[in-house]
Amino acid sequence: MNYEPVIGFETHVELASRSKVFSSTRAEFGGQPNEYVNPVCLGLPGTLPVLNRVSMEMSLKAALAMQCEIPEVTLFDRKHYYYPDLPKNYQISQEYQPLARHGRLNIVMPDGTEKTIGIHNIHLEEDAGKLIHEKRGGKWISLVDLNRAGTSLLEIVSEPDLRSREEAEIFMQTMRGLLRYLGVSDCKMQEGSLRFELNISMRPAGTTEYGTKVEVKNVGSIKAVLRALDYEMERQTEILEEGGRVIQETRLWDDDKGETRPMRVKEGAKDYRYFPEPDLPPVRLERDYIDRLRAELPELRDAKRKRYVEQYGLPEYDAGVLAADKHVADYFDECCQAHNAPKAFSNWIMTYLLAELKDEDSDINDLPVKPAHLAELVKLIDDKTINQNLAKKVFKEMMESGKTPGAIVKEQGLEVVSDAGAIEKFVDEVIAENPGPAEEYAGGKDKALNFLLGQVMRKSRGQADPGAVQEILNRKLRS
Amino acid sequence: MSISRDELKHIALLSRLELSDDEAELYTRHIGEILEYVEKLKELDIEGVEPTSHAVPMENVMRDDVVGPGLEIDEALKNAPDREDRFFRVPRVTE
Repeated sequence: MNYEPVIGFETHVELASRSKVFSSTRAEFGGQPNEYVNPVCLGLPGTLPVLNRVSMEMSLKAALAMQCEIPEVTLFDRKHYYYPDLPKNYQISQEYQPLARHGRLNIVMPDGTEKTIGIHNIHLEEDAGKLIHEKRGGKWISLVDLNRAGTSLLEIVSEPDLRSREEAEIFMQTMRGLLRYLGVSDCKMQEGSLRFELNISMRPAGTTEYGTKVEVKNVGSIKAVLRALDYEMERQTEILEEGGRVIQETRLWDDDKGETRPMRVKEGAKDYRYFPEPDLPPVRLERDYIDRLRAELPELRDAKRKRYVEQYGLPEYDAGVLAADKHVADYFDECCQAHNAPKAFSNWIMTYLLAELKDEDSDINDLPVKPAHLAELVKLIDDKTINQNLAKKVFKEMMESGKTPGAIVKEQGLEVVSDAGAIEKFVDEVIAENPGPAEEYAGGKDKALNFLLGQVMRKSRGQADPGAVQEILNRKLRS
Repeated sequence: MSISRDELKHIALLSRLELSDDEAELYTRHIGEILEYVEKLKELDIEGVEPTSHAVPMENVMRDDVVGPGLEIDEALKNAPDREDRFFRVPRVTE
């Protein structure tokens, strides 16, 4: 029997607000242990949380971009559990009236087909601190760092609408891309500011009922999520094929061993004893305000993709690649503003710049070649100062030194030689040094041309304009 | 409506409370009484009444996204039962 996976995600994203969601301490990755804490973060008695306006605004932007329904009033609730990474012994979250429900995210598969993935709800909560487990004198202890405790954390719960590994991968990339477009998070998976929690079940292909689902936590990158997904698909299929039953549970991904294993304790939803957070009054979301936020949304991926095809005449494929990441799209837009050569920029970016980005956290803005530099390089090609081959050389140097192409061309004397006198001298030398091939070419053998052309290019150190060289060879040998 | 000893123990565990047998018996009775009172409240007709989440009529209390100072490390760790360098130190809790 064939089995198909039913996959959904809980996407956790740390918002880019400067201060924490309910207190004024710095919300930043790093810092010395327990540097960014105040009495609210520490859960000291008598302290009161106050909601960060920017955290709420960023959350709503994300919700609107995913076309969610926004309620008139949103509320916060306490979720109770005892774990030292959260000193209050409850997490402020949103259970009963989250800030958004019933949204959707469109994903585009490589073959161009589109699929809509439902968003069940989006809610704002506080992140927990970090624990480091160490052994001291034969006993295990935990060291607690609360810098992250209280950081704005947005949880986006998708419907289980994904049906393959490939769809899951595109979903994660699309979600990350959207959040970066909105500028609500830096989405660095290695620093934990973007985390995907997977839930997956298997069912016989063609059936409509859901199987028993398993949640997988502790997965640190898109690659790791896909490995965990592969592992679970295989594990659950095996159980079902042997006539067994999958147990509903939460499992932890072990990246070193490449396997998932059951979490030892899991409190049931009832055990969280959710109740309304009395310290945070309701937030009324006025329609004017929501409309204004909607109007302020930036041009998003799909709109950009369409514009690149319509305005610049780019192929669908190019438009899709460039529009996928906000920083790449901004980079491309900036190039096009400096010089009107969209297809050339698209080629350079896709072939050379994106190849320099080593992993999912690297950013085109961190490369030494800036949009203005790339624009200048393409201009130099277009006005025939350099040819394509020289341009590749110059680009390599730009990547290494961060210098402008103009400076590199000047320093290394790389301008194309189209001066007829200089080329003629090279051609004469080559004919004199290679009488055989010269005679062959003169006698009508076209093949000999490449050899002669190559010799002239070598003498000019690649700087001669090949068109001009051929013209002179023809004039000298075939007329 | 009453609560069983096992249910009480489960609730105590969730709150990490250790109860003596006497205490367990006392609280089983107390919580039973509270639940009975809630049962009585359930008799009220609340059709069409919005659930109350807050007793104080306030809305939209928010602050600007401005970073304020954190505590000095010794101040932050002052009440900690145990510390190591800049960390709180606690017995290991397994996942």
